[in-house]
Amino acid sequence: MLEIRNLHATVEGKEILRGLDLTINKGEVHAIMGPNGSGKSTLAKVLAGHPAYVVTAGEVLYEGKNLLELEPDERARAGIFLAFQYPVEVPGVSNAQFLRLAYNEQRKYRGEEELDPLEFKDLLAERAKIVEMDAGLMSRSVNEGFSGGEKKRNEILQMAVLEPKLAVLDETDSGLDIDALRIVADGVNHLRTPENAIILVTHYQRLLNYIVPDFVHVLWRGRIVRSGGKELALELEAKGYDWLKEQGAEASESAVTVSAK
Amino acid sequence: MSSIELLTNKEYKYGFVTDIESDVIPKGLSEDTIRLIVEKKNEPDWMLEFRLKAYRHWLKMQEPKHWPNITYPEINYQDVIYYSAPKQKATKASLDEVDPELLRTFEKLGIPLSEQKQLAGVAVDAVFDSVSVATTYKEKLKKHGVIFCSFTEAIREYPELVKQYLGSVVPTNDNYFAALNSAVFSDGSFCFIPKGVRCPMELSTYFRINNAESGQFERTLIIAEEGAYVSYLEGCTAPKFDRNQLHAAVVELVALDDAEIKYSTVQNWYAGDETGKGGIYNFVTKRGACRGRNSKISWTQVETGSAITWKYPSCILQGDNSIGEFYSVALTNHAQQADTGTKMIHIGRNTRSTIISKGISAGKSNNSYRGLVKVLAGAAGARNYTQCDSLLIGSKCGANTFPYIEVMNNTARVEHEATTSRISEDQLFYLMQRGISQEDAVSLIINGFCKDVFRELPMEFAVEAQRLLGMKLEGSVG
Repeated sequence: MLEIRNLHATVEGKEILRGLDLTINKGEVHAIMGPNGSGKSTLAKVLAGHPAYVVTAGEVLYEGKNLLELEPDERARAGIFLAFQYPVEVPGVSNAQFLRLAYNEQRKYRGEEELDPLEFKDLLAERAKIVEMDAGLMSRSVNEGFSGGEKKRNEILQMAVLEPKLAVLDETDSGLDIDALRIVADGVNHLRTPENAIILVTHYQRLLNYIVPDFVHVLWRGRIVRSGGKELALELEAKGYDWLKEQGAEASESAVTVSAK
Repeated sequence: MSSIELLTNKEYKYGFVTDIESDVIPKGLSEDTIRLIVEKKNEPDWMLEFRLKAYRHWLKMQEPKHWPNITYPEINYQDVIYYSAPKQKATKASLDEVDPELLRTFEKLGIPLSEQKQLAGVAVDAVFDSVSVATTYKEKLKKHGVIFCSFTEAIREYPELVKQYLGSVVPTNDNYFAALNSAVFSDGSFCFIPKGVRCPMELSTYFRINNAESGQFERTLIIAEEGAYVSYLEGCTAPKFDRNQLHAAVVELVALDDAEIKYSTVQNWYAGDETGKGGIYNFVTKRGACRGRNSKISWTQVETGSAITWKYPSCILQGDNSIGEFYSVALTNHAQQADTGTKMIHIGRNTRSTIISKGISAGKSNNSYRGLVKVLAGAAGARNYTQCDSLLIGSKCGANTFPYIEVMNNTARVEHEATTSRISEDQLFYLMQRGISQEDAVSLIINGFCKDVFRELPMEFAVEAQRLLGMKLEGSVG
């Protein structure tokens, strides 16, 4: 579904991703871990097409097509979803109105008929159950005055409504108490199917107790320095990142040598 | 990005010129010009006196060039045509006798006038350059006692009403542009809602400037007697010309005991091109007098056009418990300048006013809110709430807020809130990440920002206003 090859990306002129490779097939859940500043969120934003992040080398194929030449809204309509670490407020626009617009854009793209507000209301009520979201939040402005937990749940609600093929969850667990974490994780598990794929960007192993990944990757200085199964996350929890950082440093040394040749 | 640039240059779709034979007087302004207008319109002597008095005031007055936050080259008042009327039969047995070219023009603007096609539920007075060319549903309204006609007709048919109220809210010497209007105004709309009548349909006037060299100086007078209610709408457009055109209107509203007037404007005069060439200079005085107890006047304006907008729709809250409201969206793009706001003058006891102003600036434009809240000594228990929000799009535009507050009664409560924000890249990215196009994302953010004002507009107007804002801003982000 997704193939990332030798991806290099900068933000404000600073190189963050430095030759990242990653392959994701449908039905898989991949966890991306790593210390602060290793490039986890950058990867998420590059995949979604944030204009401040510039790809300087490498390629990203999504369903066999060049993802990098698509605008963010085109990527979204093609099935890529980013659950934001810091969801944005849109004053004066109700959550339901925003979700219906987004949902209908996708339907239009797929050549399906748009839903009218009443039809959509039913769909929304059904999906809201997945994240135990209060109906009162639907008529409020998007994320305005939402608590941290409500904002994150709202992200998963959007995911539930839009049913993406590839969902990238950027530190969705940060700032959540244990109950909210459970609700969010249950929601994601509910949406996990053999047809879609999920990338979980996280700092902590805790989330992975609830959403069990097929693969765990460790990002360090803009590249993946270690990949493994779910047990790698436990190892990281026990040992920290330092032992990998040393390996990562060696790996980038050798990469430099190789490219110099 | 190239598609965005294409959209920026999107045509102003009302910019066409109607080719019609007109009765035009020579350029220039003098007492003779005024006598000529009076003669053309066959007006009584008291009108001539009203006009000459205004003109003599005007000669002694100074153009308000210094306090508004706008700049423009010297206006040569001798280089303006003060009367231009399409040639047609003076009295028409039916609307179908109106020149087909004029009917076509208004139909193109979305205002069908002919008997079969009239808009349901809205009576329209169509003003073309200096004169009203047609008024729909006149007879139907008359059955309810509602008078809705051109100003010219009002002077002829209802002189006592006109004499009683004309200039009673905006005196002839009120300000430079009001004095000019009082001297030369050529037509406009007159509405009278008698005691206890709730006007059965929306009343509206559509203003169209066609002649490149003429100004438009129209006058609107709305009177709501005891317990009456009326909702009135106005819309305006003009062709694209390279030279600036002057529009100086006066609107007077009078609400007696328990009466309510709701006045909505969607202003889309030609704004000039991207470099600031051409466009309408819109210098307008609008004021409502809440004369009676428990009366209410509500102004809602969506200002999107004009090279310059200078207008402050105001309320004089004279009657005890009277209410004044001002809801405004002012959008400026490219080189447009707007200095707009309101005045709420609290005179009666327990008078209340609400001001919600939303300014949107894009391009290199400059957008200022200027408002006065004045509570006089007798206005015990007066309350005002003001909220001024500015939204900036891009980094070359400006937004300013100039609130003036004068309170002379210590039981009054006056609140003022102001915010300035910018459409951020992150906000756009968030919406686009959900599959919404950039244009739709911008218009969603703008409409959310303006929601408190749009919900005050009649339904069809709100839809039109949303569409208009979207169109005006296309391509201004990115």
